[in-house]
Amino acid sequence: MNWRKIRIITWKDILEVRQNKSVLISMILVPLIIMVVLPVVMLVIANTTGSAEALNDPDLAIMFERMPASLSVMLGEMNEVQLSIAMLLGFLFAPMFLIMPLMLSASIAAESFAGERERKTLEALLYTSATDTELFIGKALAAFVPAVLVSLVSFLIYTVVLNVGGYPLFGYLWFPLNSWYPLVFWVMPAFAALGVGATVLISAKVQTFMGAYQASGSLVILVLGLMVGQASGLIYLSVWVGIVLGFIIWLAAGVLFFLAIQQFNRKALLYQSAH
Amino acid sequence: MFHVKHEKDKSMEKIIEVSHLQHKYGDFQAIQDLTFSVEHGEVFGLLGPNGAGKTTTVRLLNGMFEASGGTISVMGFDPKNAGEKIRENAGILTETPALYERLTARQNLRFFGVLAGLADREIEQRTEELLELFGLSQRGNDRTGTFSKGMKQRLALSRAWLTHPKLLFLDEPTSGLDPEAAVQVRELISDVRQQEGTTVLICTHNLDEAQRLCDRLLIMRSGSTLATGSLPELRKLVSPGMWLEVQFWQPFEQQERIRSIDGVLSMEAKSPSEVRIEVSSDAAIPRVVTGLVGLGAQILRLQPQEIPLEQVYLQLQNSNHNGHKGHNGGAK
Repeated sequence: MNWRKIRIITWKDILEVRQNKSVLISMILVPLIIMVVLPVVMLVIANTTGSAEALNDPDLAIMFERMPASLSVMLGEMNEVQLSIAMLLGFLFAPMFLIMPLMLSASIAAESFAGERERKTLEALLYTSATDTELFIGKALAAFVPAVLVSLVSFLIYTVVLNVGGYPLFGYLWFPLNSWYPLVFWVMPAFAALGVGATVLISAKVQTFMGAYQASGSLVILVLGLMVGQASGLIYLSVWVGIVLGFIIWLAAGVLFFLAIQQFNRKALLYQSAH
Repeated sequence: MFHVKHEKDKSMEKIIEVSHLQHKYGDFQAIQDLTFSVEHGEVFGLLGPNGAGKTTTVRLLNGMFEASGGTISVMGFDPKNAGEKIRENAGILTETPALYERLTARQNLRFFGVLAGLADREIEQRTEELLELFGLSQRGNDRTGTFSKGMKQRLALSRAWLTHPKLLFLDEPTSGLDPEAAVQVRELISDVRQQEGTTVLICTHNLDEAQRLCDRLLIMRSGSTLATGSLPELRKLVSPGMWLEVQFWQPFEQQERIRSIDGVLSMEAKSPSEVRIEVSSDAAIPRVVTGLVGLGAQILRLQPQEIPLEQVYLQLQNSNHNGHKGHNGGAK
């Protein structure tokens, strides 16, 4: 395996992504809305009214009622307002964070795999001496690495926003909660890998970037499922739940990657481009 | 400017050898029975209508597809298990320029240079050489999306020549170009080919282009060989002799007696002062001229007429429709 070739494939794809306005906008807007705008709105409301009821979220009441004892320990001696903020932005919002690696990796992978075919540049790439594996890894990294990096930066920004915005209510740096560490360093990369694997598989069936991106966007249902699960009290993203969830997602991503590698070969790709 | 010239290597005269090649896409037989060879340093043309199997042949030669039958050797490698080696030593111009339009010309060349295994310094040096040679130096830092079709094709050609390839595959090199750009690209192919001593295999359905560039041709139809050989050899397949157009100073009354001149195969009278004479070979021309003078003809002009490739091609395609088998025009 030639890592110089892999690096140049990754470099080229990232360079192309940087020039693609639609992908670039989604890379900026999604984190901005999820990790800055929404929490700032919540914090402004809480700071202004100083009351949990002002957040007017019936889901919180259910979460409070069904919260396991282990989580109560993590939240410590928080008052009602602090607890509302912690439940909303520390727990209920946690799955929202996972939308980012999924959407970003899917959009870059769609650009990289389906977009290459759409722009008719695939054939020249396949005529190079890079092996199928080198091409696949180079392209997969081009989607995975930026998605993980942007998600990490977003997490840092989210941490700053919650601590700065929440300081008048908490009086100390309350975020991140322990449950976020497995989420950020274990589950988030797994979701990025899942997005890449799914998009590569979908890209083999569709001819355009948009087709691949829209189809892989349906993975967001997984994240919505987590949100509903938390809101209904069925599941809480505690440390252990995060570790187990990460393991499951990595496993699923591994299966998708295995299937994607099987079908990523010159003959199949050329045949798909011709038909 | 170029330091690498591929000298003719006696130990590897034939750079491509294809024998009874077959290929199927599902149930569709794309290549039926193709046999040809390409010698070191020559320009070999695969000529045929769309769907004849030209591009499929190039893909098979590069190990992109696995042949259903027959044998292939490219630069001594079998594409079945050494496609990577072949692609490392060959350059290709695909049917579309296939450039990354959001990247600059230099970035495009750098990308393909690294994938071809060139060192960074070599890529830089070669990029400047090629941009200069192909007249793109001033636009090297511009995105290729802003280039005209002709410029894109020239950049794609420089990409194909980036590694000093021993063998170059050109798939419809002037397709979609305006006449001026097409002439420019053809001249570049001819010049650079001579400078670098590259063996070139061209796929085309442009007969004029094939006639201008190719040393030998393979005329294909529906994945099989109609004829192979140099243009003079192919001409002989459709017409065994050569034609002379003769114009007389005054009307020549004894035109019918021309047929009896030694070396004349046939004669067509065009007007009282103009005839077309088919002779067996170049060597017969002096005898025919002597014979005409002997008959009292006053020759104003005598011009050997070569059958254009277009006529050869169409006659061969039509003869195939009439059920004739493939021809081999040459000894190679």
